[in-house]
Amino acid sequence: MPQFQFDHHDLPPAAEALRGEVRAFLAEHLADYPPALRAHSWTGFDAEFSRKLGARGWIGMTWPKEHGGGERTAFERYVLLEELLAAGAPVGAHWISDRQSGPLLLRYGTDEQRQKILPAIVRGKCFFCIGMSEPDSGSDLASIRTRGEWSEGDSSWVLNGTKVWTTHAHSCHYMVALVRIGTDPKERHEGLTQFLIDLSTPGIGIRPIKDLAGGEHFDEVVFENAVIPDSMRIGEVGAGWQQVMAELAFERSGPERYLSSFELIRQLVRVSEKRDSERLRVAVGRLVAHIATLRRMSISIAGMLEEGLDPALEASVLKDLGTTFEQEIPEIVHELLGLEPSADSGDEIHQVLAYLMQHAPSFSLRGGTREILRGIIARGLGLR
Amino acid sequence: MNEQHELLRETLERLFADHLTREVMEAAEQGEWPAALWKELEENGLTQPLLDEDSSFDDARVIFEVAGGRAAPVPLAETALAGWLLRGAGLDAPDGPISLASGESLTLTEGGRLSGSAERVPWGRNAPHVVAEVRGEDGVRIALVESGAADCAAGTNLALEPRDTLRFDRATVLACAPIALLQEGESLRLYGALVRSAQIVGGLDYLLAESVRFVGDRVQFGRPLAKFQAIQHMLAVLASETAAAGAATQAAFLAADRGNAAFEIAAAKIRSGEAAGEAARIAHQVHGAIGFTYEHALHFATRRLWSWRAEFGAEAFWAETLGVAVAARGADALWSDLTAR
Repeated sequence: MPQFQFDHHDLPPAAEALRGEVRAFLAEHLADYPPALRAHSWTGFDAEFSRKLGARGWIGMTWPKEHGGGERTAFERYVLLEELLAAGAPVGAHWISDRQSGPLLLRYGTDEQRQKILPAIVRGKCFFCIGMSEPDSGSDLASIRTRGEWSEGDSSWVLNGTKVWTTHAHSCHYMVALVRIGTDPKERHEGLTQFLIDLSTPGIGIRPIKDLAGGEHFDEVVFENAVIPDSMRIGEVGAGWQQVMAELAFERSGPERYLSSFELIRQLVRVSEKRDSERLRVAVGRLVAHIATLRRMSISIAGMLEEGLDPALEASVLKDLGTTFEQEIPEIVHELLGLEPSADSGDEIHQVLAYLMQHAPSFSLRGGTREILRGIIARGLGLR
Repeated sequence: MNEQHELLRETLERLFADHLTREVMEAAEQGEWPAALWKELEENGLTQPLLDEDSSFDDARVIFEVAGGRAAPVPLAETALAGWLLRGAGLDAPDGPISLASGESLTLTEGGRLSGSAERVPWGRNAPHVVAEVRGEDGVRIALVESGAADCAAGTNLALEPRDTLRFDRATVLACAPIALLQEGESLRLYGALVRSAQIVGGLDYLLAESVRFVGDRVQFGRPLAKFQAIQHMLAVLASETAAAGAATQAAFLAADRGNAAFEIAAAKIRSGEAAGEAARIAHQVHGAIGFTYEHALHFATRRLWSWRAEFGAEAFWAETLGVAVAARGADALWSDLTAR
């Protein structure tokens, strides 16, 4: 039976040295950043903050120098990410480009695409969104219907279709879209191709979708005869499915999969400082044991990435455990303290609870639902 | 996993396959000491993995995990810890199984004799020697005594592993010395929690492997259980819990090798204990009624998990220990303390 391997890795000194730099930077730039905004974690969008990180060399930091990267290790990147997340820094503007779109282009993009895009990402001036889900295709991603038709005359593809839940599309420069080429219904996977799409292209409409809390952070993106030059194709025609699976492995492996509720844990510990309560202390101790364990597992995955291994299965395990953990935090705080979640309360913990109570349902949906992850893990166990 | 660990694992698996039969398991539950099994373990040099100056907890972990996975009814972990404590106190370890005793009433009386009682002493009736942790005003001392010198009241845990009460009344102490290995805030209970975590991880590995095998074989509604999504998802959770317990426990053993391991050990016992409950629940659910019989071997693992997670401090005990420390340090130190580990 295949075993999931989470071998222990210690962070190397260079990574620990970086930690101090990041903390000093955050102390300077986020001094008065309120807890209610820190609770937004990696969905907080602040283009100016991203530019500042870029100026420090903290976007694309593992990428080759010829593309503007810093050739730093996966461990250093891990430390940067966990420090940003623990502080609740607004990293949402560049998060997708740093985490998956840039690495995708590095692996499958053309020289022209890499030269044009990667240095801009690194400077924190080029933001990406993900064009995968559609109105009729969520977990069943291979059923997407956004279609590309070849136009021989101008060596272009004409795109028609709709993408949804596209985070920050209205503020992004590019989308990496998964598109169906050809019409053979038997070619569920074989017909899929990825495109690099300039969102200012004529024929692309972006409309916000209001979420349950009234926020407008994700969008519907409609393609109506949008003409995309063949030079914007990523990888071979038909290679899209395989590329997307590799991309999702990046998406599932990071510390953002267990730290989304960290601000609320911090608030809970603040309450425990002053309250003599055994059940509060037991709850806090348990949460800390869980974070420490998830962190060890996440560092282990960083170690696998550094060694050039493929941690796709372990990433799914971590994401399922991590999102289950971060999702239960508002419930635990509710049970322990019985506070009313309230955005207009003057109290920080009420505000943080209000945000996370409403957003926690998305933790086990975004980037592949819990059910999809458990299916992947079961396949790893040889059950399917 | 390194090659040395792999080799050790194979040796142990072979040894248990040959000498730990169903018959031996059942006899042990009836109170019979599995002498032949112990002799094999001793002759293969597997009973004192922490006795040498350069021995490592992380290597010994493999022994505890495999023995835990096979539900070996012998005090391997206790003997290893006893050897480590004796070495730490500069004392020689006797041959044979050694158990561990602690209790608030244990005192060293004048003339170097041990008095007081220790509860839940593993294999107290079988191990010829016992290492007692004696706390006094001048710190912690390790005392080696013969178990025969105590009044023994037999008891067992859920898995019918001996957990006896030993009462000492001015018992002769064979050797005694202060121990620096147990630093401030550390205790026999802490290291007991460490070894139990590894045994739990072994038990979880076993439940996962057996459950995967079972659902592949068992056919209902015309297809193997493995093909049902509800079953797949339960086993995915079992696998993830097993992985988390394993990662937390490995971190604790590595920390024990470095010293100052109280945080990691507490985290490992909490995480593995929590996984134990969830894993036992899932393994029994997918096995159905057959797994609830004495005839099926599943209970050898699950009854141990239910006991081991409570021994040397259950999740609530260690969670409160951690919670007290976290609250004392405060919210502003929370993240920096976590990353300092």
